[in-house]
Amino acid sequence: MSSLPWTIYLSFLGAAAALAAGKRSARAARWVALAFALAGLGATALAAFSFVPGAAPQVLVDVPWLSLLPAVDPSLAGDAGAPRVFARYLLAADGISMTLALLTGVAAVAGILFSWNIERRAGDFFALFLALIGGVYGVFLSADALLLFVFYEIAIVPKYFLVAIWGSTNRQYGAMKLVLYSFAGSAAVLAGLVWAFAATGAADFSFASLAAAAASAKLAPAAAVPILALLFFGFATLAGMFPLHTWAPTGHVAAPTGASMLLAGVVMKLGAYGCLRSAALFPDAFPAIQPVVAALALAGIVYAGLIALKQTDFKFVIGYSSVSHMGFVLLGLAAATPRALAGSVLQMFSHGVVAGLLFAVVGRMVYERTHTRDLRALSTLPLHRHLPFAAVVFVLAGVASMGFPGFSGFPAELLILTGAWEHSKLWAVAAAVGIPVAAAFTLRAVSLAFFGKGSGSEAGTAAGATGAGAAAPVLELHEPLPPITLAEKAGAGLLLTVSVVIGLRPDLLLQWIEPALNSPLFQALATAANK
Amino acid sequence: MSFPKSDIITSPRVVKTLLSVFAFGALLLCAGGSIDALDAFVRHGSNVNGPLTPPLAFPFLIAPAVGALFALVLDLVWLKNAARLTRLRAATAVGAISLAVPLLVAIGFVAAMSSDPYLIPCASTLLYLTCPIYALTLLTLLITAGTSRLENPAEHVALTLFAAAGCQWMLFSGNLLFAFVTLELASLSLYILAGFDKRDPRSAEAGLKYFLYGGTAAAFLLFGFSLLYGLTGTIEFDAMARALAEQPVTPLLLVALAMVFAGFGYKVAAAPFHLWAPDAYEGAPAPSAALIASASKVAGFGLLANFAARLFNGTASADAPAGAAASIAARADWVLFFAVLITASLLLGNIAALAQKNVRRLLAYSAIAHAGVLLLAVLVSALSNKAGGVADGNADRTLFYYLFTYGLATVGAFGVLAVMERAGAPARNLRDLAGLWRRSPFLGGTLLVFILSLAGIPPLAGFMAKFLVFAGALRTAAATTANPLAAATGGTIISGVLYAATLLAIAASVVALYYYLQILKQAFIEDAPAAGAGDNAAAGDAANTAGAIKTPLSAGIALVLAAALLVVLGIWATF
Repeated sequence: MSSLPWTIYLSFLGAAAALAAGKRSARAARWVALAFALAGLGATALAAFSFVPGAAPQVLVDVPWLSLLPAVDPSLAGDAGAPRVFARYLLAADGISMTLALLTGVAAVAGILFSWNIERRAGDFFALFLALIGGVYGVFLSADALLLFVFYEIAIVPKYFLVAIWGSTNRQYGAMKLVLYSFAGSAAVLAGLVWAFAATGAADFSFASLAAAAASAKLAPAAAVPILALLFFGFATLAGMFPLHTWAPTGHVAAPTGASMLLAGVVMKLGAYGCLRSAALFPDAFPAIQPVVAALALAGIVYAGLIALKQTDFKFVIGYSSVSHMGFVLLGLAAATPRALAGSVLQMFSHGVVAGLLFAVVGRMVYERTHTRDLRALSTLPLHRHLPFAAVVFVLAGVASMGFPGFSGFPAELLILTGAWEHSKLWAVAAAVGIPVAAAFTLRAVSLAFFGKGSGSEAGTAAGATGAGAAAPVLELHEPLPPITLAEKAGAGLLLTVSVVIGLRPDLLLQWIEPALNSPLFQALATAANK
Repeated sequence: MSFPKSDIITSPRVVKTLLSVFAFGALLLCAGGSIDALDAFVRHGSNVNGPLTPPLAFPFLIAPAVGALFALVLDLVWLKNAARLTRLRAATAVGAISLAVPLLVAIGFVAAMSSDPYLIPCASTLLYLTCPIYALTLLTLLITAGTSRLENPAEHVALTLFAAAGCQWMLFSGNLLFAFVTLELASLSLYILAGFDKRDPRSAEAGLKYFLYGGTAAAFLLFGFSLLYGLTGTIEFDAMARALAEQPVTPLLLVALAMVFAGFGYKVAAAPFHLWAPDAYEGAPAPSAALIASASKVAGFGLLANFAARLFNGTASADAPAGAAASIAARADWVLFFAVLITASLLLGNIAALAQKNVRRLLAYSAIAHAGVLLLAVLVSALSNKAGGVADGNADRTLFYYLFTYGLATVGAFGVLAVMERAGAPARNLRDLAGLWRRSPFLGGTLLVFILSLAGIPPLAGFMAKFLVFAGALRTAAATTANPLAAATGGTIISGVLYAATLLAIAASVVALYYYLQILKQAFIEDAPAAGAGDNAAAGDAANTAGAIKTPLSAGIALVLAAALLVVLGIWATF
């Protein structure tokens, strides 16, 4: 178990090393970054092998961090005069942390493989990339709310530079919008945190003390509602909850491929993870916001799905699909039955892998070769002939994204829907509407992007292109598209493998997640939410 | 480069007069100040053990003043015909020593005290009362040594040291007269420093505006002080607090407080008394602006905190007259003064900063926004000394932690601008920072730390400072609500103000991130404007490389120190 904290340190060390290596060459920077990301994944895997699932989180590091001066009172002697610790550098892992740490490791490696072609300021790119990853690992492993918040904010700032420097469409606007939304969400979280600390009179910021203090009679559930609302909706901003989701499509589209993989893959999970933890801190207040969360989650699933159906920019389709899929995660949280919560965590993992893959195909394999993401333009070309690998990967990823059996999305969405059914049949039925919508926008994107009208040989392509309507943009190929590189194949292979393995054997993760959800905190949440 | 020699300040008679005036004034202040300071030191909210302070306090306090005089004498007597650079270096060395030695002694004392857990609170008090001002001044001096092109370097250094001495003494003042005199010592030095660049009309404008506003504010302050004296018959803070606790609040008292708050509001650049700040920050030589924005801030807020914590929390003597129940200590009127200043500063500072195109003006408005949070910290500190409050020194420590780390980030940011200006690169508009990451990765990297700290991004100290203020404010609010005694005496108003101010400050930090990112956007994302019309990457790269900026050693040391302290203090925020 002790190798898990190293994921954090290795990532930050890697950031420094990549920065230094970038002074030599872009090549050095990317190999250094890949080595550190693999080391982080290795550390997670090592910990995973020896992980013994249990209800209580396993403490990895516990060091006093911040303390208050004691009240000065000469009559007190000995220890009474010692400073009182109110925040700890407390890293701990339960099955949920473990699952998401594993996701982070996979996403980091895949993200770097799909950023292999970054030449401009490569050292800076990979340094920011790994700093973001370090923050993400830190969030998933923190068992102290303040520490979690610190890592959470560390993960926010690199996003701005990643998008604004290496991004594409409207990058400055997308980056600023992204970071301001995130920061506004985190400001709400900060307000909620200090308020929770002051109002509950908790001894420190660890989840255990906060929850214990909240459960004690000192804080009435009614008084806890605004605190939980600040925390939950603050985090939910980053999870892409409707109507606070608008940063997500613009941000994802503006970001370079590696960064949009991370944004959709792990950063949105930070928000969902924060929602899950904060709901467990104030279980008695949760029923008050439960209907709102469910309504917004359902609205997100359907609304974002419908918007995705109308997009002409390939990347916007995937961006809105992320919001729609994150709606399922939030719905699982809202239902808060053990089954729904397990489904939510599994969906976080699954969406992290699948969305990463979708963005990789769109951003790296298609856009950087054809230099367009316009579906109307792409539809003038039988792309599956030019990029058969990309087409296969995208079809598989799309199928996974639709929640087909055999891929990781299936068990996750199944658990969420059955869990939601347990809580409210209406929610489950409403959410089920999202599934055909998801199938529709995914199939539309597949057919337009890869199976365009142009058919037959290269000559046929040209003919098809000229035959298209004058208003629609036309894609013409003057030279063959560059072949898919080894790095891309490796990254796609990694993500696909993970998705299929978890699709076939979801119990590999569920055996971690379910015991963690049996902890008293989540039991209290499930009980309070399903009275 | 040669400079005109015949300058009024170097003529012997003027020099002798100046020297004797300064020496006499400094000695007088030292003598009175150190006695007063010892008194304050022992009583400042607590507990610094008697035997530890006397050997420390006197030399500690007079060191910069002595250093200033020595720097002047050295320059005028021995280095009269030396090159400007030699004179600058000699004066800086003297100044640095006269600040570093007492600083190290104080840190040594703190380290010795910390070995005993029981003395940790005292050690903490000692640390935050002694270190910030000298440390910030020292960093400013190092930046001056690396970047200054000013004539009369020794005078510049000496005035910096006098300002530091005035600021340090302000922290220790325990009566109105000493508070006013030390404040004026610091202010007069800073007025001159702001206008020190005689070749730059903007510097003269900065000095004049700073002086005119400052003079008016001093008049208000003095008027308020004299009314307070009239009401209480004493100038000692503690005796005044007792007297005020025994008499009901009168309109005259409120007028006096309004005057005093106007004076302090000016000193700390809180809205609506902030008007001088953007002009002074913009025109003053960069090291002077750094000093105005850092050490002088520490002193102003420290004095205000001391004043508020003592005056509004007096306890009436046992045979209290009937007035006690309606006295200022039992009511929440004074909290409303804070509420107005906090709200105005947060709103005006953050919103006006959004529109700025000039880096220094942006930093000035951000300073006004920070003043809003700092005033909240002062308010919490004053409230926590209240009867029935939690008098554990945490609020004071938080305030000084905020002041010190804010000062570090500001000195650093001005230091980066100073280095750029020294290298001949303009550093006025945001656009001038474009491509800094390539022109000087070192300056870019340190600027990143300073700006992110100002924006309050963890793990840098700026975040921890804000967090500690907010947590302290809400803790005090919760304690006030829970305390039936406090609830009877305007507690609802107090906790309401604390909750509202905290939420406003947190919301404002989102706005603040936008304008801080405007700086970083220029420095890290944009390319330097190409000399030719070329818009392509190659031309941009060429321009970036061509404009490479070298950092002088001493300024580099100062920037590294400031950045490192911001990281280290951010991670070990409490110790």
